[in-house]
Amino acid sequence: MAKRDIPEVSAGSMADIAFLLLIFFLVTTTVETDSGINRQLPPNEPPEEDVVIKQKNIFTVEVNRNNQLLVEEQLMELKDLTEAAYKFLDNGGGTGDEACTFCQGAKDSESSDNPTKAIISLRNDRQTDYKTYIAVQNELVRAYNQFRNREFKRKFPGERMDFIQATDMYNDPKTSQSRKDELKEKLTEIKGMIPQKLSEAEPRKS
Amino acid sequence: MSKFKKKKSGDLPAVSTASLPDIVFMLLFFFMTVTVMKDDTLKVQNVLPTATEVAKLDKKNRIMYIYAGKPSQRYQAKYGSTARIQLNDKFSSVEEVRPFILAEIASKPQEIQNVLTTALKVDGETNMGLISDIKQELRKANALKINYTTRKGDVMQNLQ
Repeated sequence: MAKRDIPEVSAGSMADIAFLLLIFFLVTTTVETDSGINRQLPPNEPPEEDVVIKQKNIFTVEVNRNNQLLVEEQLMELKDLTEAAYKFLDNGGGTGDEACTFCQGAKDSESSDNPTKAIISLRNDRQTDYKTYIAVQNELVRAYNQFRNREFKRKFPGERMDFIQATDMYNDPKTSQSRKDELKEKLTEIKGMIPQKLSEAEPRKS
Repeated sequence: MSKFKKKKSGDLPAVSTASLPDIVFMLLFFFMTVTVMKDDTLKVQNVLPTATEVAKLDKKNRIMYIYAGKPSQRYQAKYGSTARIQLNDKFSSVEEVRPFILAEIASKPQEIQNVLTTALKVDGETNMGLISDIKQELRKANALKINYTTRKGDVMQNLQ
């Protein structure tokens, strides 16, 4: 008896099925935003001792209910904020123990003594928009990052990268452990030289 | 009769579609692997502000999400148009933030309980008053690591 042929299954509809699945996944895919500005909140306990801080070491930034900026008692546009903050941090007006060895600023005696002493104080109104607040935060962080980048490049020219790139490399899981330890030491040193002292006051009610 | 028949010109050969399923499957697998299923249904408007100095967030299981913003269009009739907090799937008041955070912390494995980050996904139009209230609650709950989730982009877009 002749062998009966098994009829071949048609694969013609395979493409249609695959398309159907493809369209389903296309529609359900959402691009998740998983990046942002990291901040550390102060602990809830009130500080025990009163620290006296010289007025010249504080850089005050106020945002009012109309999203206007008041920097050191002067009205300012957002685009000038980074430069003003950078100048303040880089000033290095201190003498003796408080002298800053690496600052390239104006050495104005009315501005900050040393980056380790400099504090940026941010106060906003309860009516301020969140997006303005984020913009101000971003510009202040940018001033810190610019300063840290400069110092990182100057101190470790062999690395051929800046502070941000080094931080990214440190956080990259592909970086080897020995390299990480090496980077951590350098990053900690820069962070010690230029600590990010950004304080936020209670918002004003209006 | 000649042995070599001239082919009729003008008759285009059909393009083979045999590789079409392979191509489509390739695309399919790409989208299958990149798809992340959403855990929460957003009930608030959530246009995040933009920033340039952003850092990547930690692994997903180490993050607690708090949403805030005006209720979406279809909830406005019921909940009004003032900005609200959304925890998990429902609208909440400021007082509910602390119990929520404490419950979230307790639900995570012990090893990562002290490295958790709270991601604030807040609409750009929200007033800072609400956010300060949330931050006060977070301080009381001792969840001090926070992240203002933003899109990457020029900050000047925020001012328009």
